[in-house]
This record gives sequence, structure tokens and C-alpha cells, in this order.
Amino acid sequence: MPSARRFALHQIAAVTLMLGLGAGAAHAQATIKIASLQELSGGGATAGTNFKNGMDLAIKEINAAGGILGKKIEVTHSDTQSNPGVAKSLAQKAVDDDAFVVFGPGFSGSMIVSMAETRRAQIPNFTGAEAASITAQGNPYVFRTSFSQATSMPKVARYITEGLKAKTVAVIYVNNDFGKGGRDMVIKALEGLGAKVVADISTDAGQVDFSAPVIKAKQSNADVIFVYTNEEESARALRELRKQGVNKPIMGETTLTGQKVIELAGDAAAGALGHVGLTVDAPGPRMLKFKADFYRAYNYIPDHNGIKGYTGVYLFKAGLEKAGKLDRAALTKALHGLKVSADKYPGALLDVTIDEKGDLDRESFLVEVRGGRQVVKEVLPPLGAAKK
Amino acid sequence: MTDFLQLLFSGAATGSVYALAALGFTLLWQASGTINFAQGEFVMLPAFIMLAGLSAGLPLPLAFVATCGVAVVVLGWAFKRGIADPLFKFGMMPIVVATIGLSIAMRNGVRAGFSAEAHPFPGLFGERLFTLGGVTFTAADVGTLAVALVLVLGTQAFLQRTVTGRAMQAVAQNTESATVLGINVPRMIFYTFAINALLACATALLVTPVYLAKFDMGESLGTKAFFAAIIGGFNNSRGALLGGVIVGVAENLAAAYISPAYKDAVALVLFMVVILFKPQGLLGFKEVRKV
Repeated sequence: MPSARRFALHQIAAVTLMLGLGAGAAHAQATIKIASLQELSGGGATAGTNFKNGMDLAIKEINAAGGILGKKIEVTHSDTQSNPGVAKSLAQKAVDDDAFVVFGPGFSGSMIVSMAETRRAQIPNFTGAEAASITAQGNPYVFRTSFSQATSMPKVARYITEGLKAKTVAVIYVNNDFGKGGRDMVIKALEGLGAKVVADISTDAGQVDFSAPVIKAKQSNADVIFVYTNEEESARALRELRKQGVNKPIMGETTLTGQKVIELAGDAAAGALGHVGLTVDAPGPRMLKFKADFYRAYNYIPDHNGIKGYTGVYLFKAGLEKAGKLDRAALTKALHGLKVSADKYPGALLDVTIDEKGDLDRESFLVEVRGGRQVVKEVLPPLGAAKK
Repeated sequence: MTDFLQLLFSGAATGSVYALAALGFTLLWQASGTINFAQGEFVMLPAFIMLAGLSAGLPLPLAFVATCGVAVVVLGWAFKRGIADPLFKFGMMPIVVATIGLSIAMRNGVRAGFSAEAHPFPGLFGERLFTLGGVTFTAADVGTLAVALVLVLGTQAFLQRTVTGRAMQAVAQNTESATVLGINVPRMIFYTFAINALLACATALLVTPVYLAKFDMGESLGTKAFFAAIIGGFNNSRGALLGGVIVGVAENLAAAYISPAYKDAVALVLFMVVILFKPQGLLGFKEVRKV
């Protein structure tokens, strides 16, 4: 029976083909590959390690609960050494490895060069970097896990002029992309509100001795000293400010009042004020649970970078579930304009909106360092809500 | 004026730390013709050994003493036997390259063991502040300056006033004659390495509260100390003190009155000026090279 035999052959061929294709497809989509490029050494080590641990915690929880769209997440962390050149080549490698999404790097200078790679490959790229220029370039594949300086600095400036009633401000900043970006934004915002910047003091990344910058700030006799440097330098600056007996309010951003800074600066951190987009001391049960879970997993209390890493993965989850399929273009589309409610996604910790540029808006906090920890003094509404 | 004094004083405190590390450079050079580019890491390693001791529950003084012991063995004896001795006969270049390699290995070894994050380190003198004529001092600054001064002058006195010290100098000046005079040359050279290791421990104790214990804390310290040693005079221990203080003060003044951005360039500029106009250093003396 030739026809029957031919039919059988057809069947076998079809089944083989299907098996082959099926196996291939299953192989490609068995897991969701995340490439994480973090500052695990060098100047950004504190931030990068926190971010990584936060991500790992979220991924563990999500995988334990069955993954996203039924797929487990598989993450590979690599170390940028806080070096933009290394970050760029790691981003290239992530593209070659066909990562579904990329997280990091967190250093603005690294992110600015590495995101060109993910953009070319059309891979969504989440980052904890805060320089305003990152989302100002029209890259549709970049998404923040924290505020841009363009969101946070106006809030800082408003508090300096209205909350602290300052007329003059001295700005100490670190001379890198992060520091310069923040300096430009805060000076613009301050001058917009009628305050005068009487000292504009640059410092080096990794600077040890802060006596000269502090003397310059003191000489300016400003009402408020605004310090915008990375964590270790912030600790040294706070020590020197205290040493030279500065009694003016010291205001900063997230990097001035982080847990690591408090640990490194000791008593000198007392009284420092900071605007933070994220803090483990934020009121509310979700943050409390996150803090406890994180402490149980890593035996220390995370700074805001730990929260960024953790919530970043949950933002990704919310976006992917809205997209409904494992497709980068659909994910990118879903993330723009996404509103994530913390009731539905407890891992997002706070209600958050992602705008068309990839920037975030949500509540933020004004904290003061008291008794060796951040204490929330005020909850500031989202910028979008404040405008209304 | 008070600002100037403030800058001068905190610069001198920073500079005295450079001086201690620079003293190690000049000692090794004088005694054994070795330039140790891992000098900064020689300060970093004791900091971490002390940190390990502290976390094991030892009080700081005990941790310091234990660290000194370990340092003499590891940074003194093992460094001499493992790197300086076998490479010495091939001239200076192999030693320089080997110590650069050693510094990289030490940095990454510590990074692997202690993570790349900065760790806080208890201060020796507390955080007390006092003001004199408008200038604010911390106990830490005064203490650092005093201890560094005592150590540099003490080392100097040891070299000049004691029999062992003179023997060490004799070895440094002319090894053959020293041998003929019955001086135990290898032992004297070992003493130099041991003193260098002890100075590194003392430097670590003084700087780590400010620098914070971090795997790359020695990098800038080593470079600054090298410049300081050249500026002061590589073959004079007192030159190290002068060079260190000059670098520390000049950096601070430049940061305040010129621009903080050029702070790190100051030591380099001074270094170049000295090399051009007084190559033997400010307090150094001309050496006639024997071929």
C-alpha cells in the first residue's frame, strides 16, 4: 500500500519537524535571561552590590512563585569595575548572549556609553543611574528604577528654599557625570526659585581629604550646604564638615544619607538632611516586609540601591505581564506609560508611573539622620501630583 | 588667615602620613636598592589584618600588635626572600616590575576576600574637637601628626645613634666594606625590610580611619608617597618627612586657592620641578654611581 506508506512517511517527517522546532522554541524560551551589569568593585561597589542583592531577592521570590508568564528568570551578574569601558564591553557581551533584558549599569557615566549597545540591539535596559541625560536622548529602550535628577532636584530645591528658607546655597559636587548632572539640575532649580548659589565647588571621585572644599563652603557663608557626591566621599565630606564645626544645614540627595554613609561617617552624619526617592525607612508595611526579607537573606539593611534592584525586577514583571508575551517590542510598548499599583504588585513597594521617556514618578521622602539611621521627616507627593 | 592656617594644618596632617609611607621607600632604597611600588598596598594589607583582628574580637591595640607580627613575617621576611633576594642580581627593573605585579595581586586578593566595599575603621584618637585661634583641630589630626613625627625622627635616631642602625647604614653605603668589617649584611637588610613593614602598620593605623579600609586605598597613597620621597630626596630619611609635608600642604592649598580639580596634579608638578632642577631631591645628596 504505497499511499499508506507515503502517508506514514509524511507523518514521521511532520512529527520530526515539529519536535525539532518545538524543542528549539522551548529551548529559546525555557527561561527569561536577564543580563545584569553592576558596579561590583571600584567606586560604585556599595551601590552595585546592593542593587545586585535586591535583584537576586526579587528573582528568587518570582521564581518561587512560578516565574513570569510561566517562565523562570535566569540572571547573570557581571562586574563593570565602575569603569565605563568595561561596562560597554559587558553590554556588548549581553547582546551577543541574547539576553532578553539588561539591568544596569548603575553608574551614569557607564550607562551613557553602554546603553548605545542595548539600544542598537533593541533590548530593554533598566538602570539605577540617575543622570538626567540618560532619558533625555530619546532612547526608547531605557527605563529607570529610580528618579532622574530632573525629577529629584526640583524637589530638593523646593525644600531648600521653602522648607529651610535658604537664600544662599553652597554646592559641593563630585566631578563625574552623576555629580555634574545633579549640580546643573539643582542650580537651575534653585535659581528658578530665587535662591543664589554662592559657592560652586567641584571634588574628585575617590577624594580623601575634604578640608579644602569644606573651607570654601564655609567662606561662602551660605545658608545651606548642598553635598552631592558618591557614598564614600559623602562620608568623608560629612566628617570634615563636622570637624570644621559647620553648623548650617547640610542637605543632600539619596547618596548623602544612605545606610553605608551613616556607617562610614559615624556621628558626623547626624543631622544631615536628604531627599530620597526610596528608603527602607519609608512608612508602610510593604517596605517593612522588604527590609526584613532582605535582612534575612543578606544579614544587613539595604540602601536605596537594594530597593532599586528589587523593585526594578518587579517593574519588569509588571511590564511583561501587561505585554502578555515574551517579546521585547511588546515589553517596551507595555512599559511606556505603565502604571504599577503596589496593591497589585506588592514587590513594586510604592505606586509608580513610568512615562514615555522611561522616567519614573512616585512619592519620595525627606529624611534626616538621627541616632545612626534615616528618619523620614516628610513624605513628598509625586511631582505629577504636585503640579496638579 | 585662619582658613590658611586650617589648610596648612590639615595639609600637614595628611602630609605626615605620606611621609611615613615615603620613609619606607627611602629606607628600602638606601639599604637594598629596592624600589617597592607595592608600598601603598603594604599599608592596605595591615589595615585589613587589623580589621580581621577587630572582628575576631581583639581590642585595637592587641590587633595592632598582632598585625605588626604578621607584617614583619609577610611584608618583611617573605617579601625579601620571595621577591627582593631572587631578583636583586638582575638589577632594579625586574624588582620594580615584580612589585607592581605584587601590588595588583594584593589589591585583588584583598578584594576577593573582603569585598570591594569600604569598611569603617575605628579611630585611634577619637573625634574630639578643639579650637585655637579660630583654627579647628581634631584629636585625630594632632595625634596623626605627632605620631608620624615621632616615628620619622625615631627611625632617624635609630639609624644614626645605635650600633645596629649604623651597621644598617654601612651596609647601605658600601656592602663590601661592611662585610669586611664583620657586619652581618643579610641580617641588616632584613632589619630594613622589617622596619619598613612596621612603618606600614603604623601608617595603616593612622590613615585607615580617614581613608576607610578598602582594597584600593593604597593606590593613591603609594603614588603620593613615591613623589614625596623623590621631592624630599630618595637617599635621605629626613627628606621623606619634608617631601610628605610639602606634598600634603601644597595639595590642600592648591585645592582651596586654585581649583580642587587640579589637586592631584600638584604633587606631580612639584615632582617634575624637583627632578628638573634638583634631581637628588631637596635634602638628598648627589650619589656617584659605581659601575
